[in-house]
Amino acid sequence: MTQDRSGIPSRRALIGWGGAGLALGAAAAGGAVAMTRTGEDVDPAAAETGAAVAFHGPNQAGIATPVQDRLHFAAFDVTTTDRAEFVRLLKDWTEAARRMTAGKAVGEGGYGGLPEAPPDDTGEALGLKPSRLTLTVGFGPSLFEKFELTDRRPDALIDLPKFAGDALDAARSGGDLCVQACADDPQVAVHAIRNLARIGMGKVVIRWSQLGFGKTSSTTPDAQTPRNLMGFKDGTRNIAGTETDRLDKFVWVGEKDGPAWMTGGSYLVARRIRMHIETWDRTSLQEQEDIFGRDKGEGAPVGKAKERDEPFLKAMLPDAHVRLAHPDSNNGSTLLRRGYSFTDGTDGLGRLEAGLFFLAYQRDVREGFVRVQRNLATDALNEYIQHVGSAVFAVPPGVRDKDDWWGRTLFSEEA
Amino acid sequence: MRAARLSVLTAVTVVSALTAVTGCTEKSDAKSGDRVINVTATDSKCTTSAKQISAGHIELAIENKGSKVTEVYVLFPDDRVVTERENIGPGTKQRVTAEVKAGEYQIACKPGMKGDGIRQDLKVTGGKVAARDPRLDQAVAAYRSYAQEQADATLPLAKTFAAAVEAGDLEAAKKAYAPSRIGWERTEPVAESFGDIDPKVDVREDGLEEGQDPAKDWTGWHRLEKSLWQDKKITAADKTLAKQLITDLTDWQNRVGKAEITPTSMANGAKELLDEVATGKVTGEEERYSHTDLVDFKANVEGAQKSYELLKPVAKENDAALVTELDKQFAALDALLDKYRPNTSSYAFTSYDKVGKADRKELSDAVNALAEPLSKLAAAVAK
Repeated sequence: MTQDRSGIPSRRALIGWGGAGLALGAAAAGGAVAMTRTGEDVDPAAAETGAAVAFHGPNQAGIATPVQDRLHFAAFDVTTTDRAEFVRLLKDWTEAARRMTAGKAVGEGGYGGLPEAPPDDTGEALGLKPSRLTLTVGFGPSLFEKFELTDRRPDALIDLPKFAGDALDAARSGGDLCVQACADDPQVAVHAIRNLARIGMGKVVIRWSQLGFGKTSSTTPDAQTPRNLMGFKDGTRNIAGTETDRLDKFVWVGEKDGPAWMTGGSYLVARRIRMHIETWDRTSLQEQEDIFGRDKGEGAPVGKAKERDEPFLKAMLPDAHVRLAHPDSNNGSTLLRRGYSFTDGTDGLGRLEAGLFFLAYQRDVREGFVRVQRNLATDALNEYIQHVGSAVFAVPPGVRDKDDWWGRTLFSEEA
Repeated sequence: MRAARLSVLTAVTVVSALTAVTGCTEKSDAKSGDRVINVTATDSKCTTSAKQISAGHIELAIENKGSKVTEVYVLFPDDRVVTERENIGPGTKQRVTAEVKAGEYQIACKPGMKGDGIRQDLKVTGGKVAARDPRLDQAVAAYRSYAQEQADATLPLAKTFAAAVEAGDLEAAKKAYAPSRIGWERTEPVAESFGDIDPKVDVREDGLEEGQDPAKDWTGWHRLEKSLWQDKKITAADKTLAKQLITDLTDWQNRVGKAEITPTSMANGAKELLDEVATGKVTGEEERYSHTDLVDFKANVEGAQKSYELLKPVAKENDAALVTELDKQFAALDALLDKYRPNTSSYAFTSYDKVGKADRKELSDAVNALAEPLSKLAAAVAK
């Protein structure tokens, strides 16, 4: 077996024996991917070595997993009306995801197959490391209207209400299902979405997709808190991947929550938030800090010295962002944030088409995002941002083992 | 040529063996003697040591005893190349190996590397008698007739169009434009295989090569399309272009029957037609002035479907699931296209500038849904 010094199989090494049979591939994956999903995998060295994140587990990877550097998020619409065909796609996707997250090529690989046929894998990730790729699937409200699933739609998966200031573009909103691809190498993330979209042709179509760079929230508190495009540290008090009690309380759907098929799952809200970058940049430092309720350099809450000092909300202006978004202002509502900055070039007026692609996981959308976002109606930051895309998804539990598949608990009657 | 290599030969290796550096050439000849055909080329003769050999691995031991640089080919009866060796200098030896199946072949020496060469017959017998599936031969023959029929049917329609242009009748020319292109669009990969006709009749302004002057070098349908819809007038130059179009299309009509067509090229041609739709028609680039893109779109899909239907009996045996999927996706795309014409027996489609963004995406999604499985058809007929 070909392995590099770090003990991680490179894509190039793995693809070489794509045709040699699955037994060899499975053995390699077992040896190389030894880490577990939550808690223990907070390994600062993992990003450097391009390690693989375990695909199997009780929860899907890509939620509590330490946040990777890059994102490619895609929302799909289902075009097939054949439930069996859709289930087959979910199984095919699961198998492809299992391979790609382990750093392997899809199907029979990217070359060396029949010369008359296009290769199964598109090839641009050959030779690249797994790069901590995670692939996370979610089901949108509209999916439950198809395939006669209305009675299985979770109560917590509501259609988001209209919030003050929303300027949503239908072409960047909604979707029957989504795939969130996170990786430290953008090419690995894009490769994953591209190949899943290709496998899905004829059954699903991409409705919209978003590239993200520069994680804006961390689930690893020991690491430096990343900054958003406004230059402020973001997600200081985010839920850490190691905080199993807070994850159970705020993120994972519990057995008693129902429906049963969602146990171990979560709910995802995705919002494309455009920032008015140019006007923000012309705003005085004092006003910027007042708007956030933290200082720009250290990230300390108003009146405090250190970033992680407990904020004293009443010291902040009533419309300060941190004050309004804080759990204490929202009956304890806490979201696991996993957003990314985006810059899609410039708009027709020469302004940066940039902002935050906000991703938040929660146990119940009604008690999570909805409550917080309603409270943000008076947020001073609203002058500089605009929500232009929106989607909500039920994220089913993890794929347990090699025989399991994404969405089995929803589509199999046993669940 | 590519298809021949893929379907007939499993391995082709070329061994260069200049006498100066290989002292053991004679010995290796003796060892594998019955699989070797000695070819002695001079400036006027091509002598081969065998006229018949059993199927399988063969080796040509070539010696150029002439004064000119030569090349040696093994050819199918229709001149497709099985294998070749070029640039064999005077006084040098070269070796070529190939896997050949039973059939009639010719060995050709081309002293001076020009012309048809001096030829010797070679009969390959027995072995794995794996002549091409006769159903595939029938498919190729049927597709060849189809391509000819399309060209034959196009000429009168193109002449109607050209006559209207020459008469300076703007409205009549506009009306005759799209119908004159249908047969061409159905069989475009065949026409493109000639290399020289497509740039004369179907090039768009942005498709001109560097150094070409749109005023002088842009000919064919799309130049006239621009005159009719954009400039809204017919010039004397346009009338000349209309005549030239008929000349070029007549050339196509005369040559289309001789095109090199194989099952693989038919399958790949079907995929290419969908590629044409995906990159040119769905975006509205092909018919940017007339907006008759959906007519071309429909013709491309029909041409792809023709290839597919002819290859289907063999494809079904090799990959039944693929055939089921292709049947489904062709039907879905046909149904979607029919939404854009009031009368399904007519080729009068909605003007593409009236097709909105969401509808274009729907068309694009349907093209992807068909083209992705269609890209697997070649492998299903080459198995």
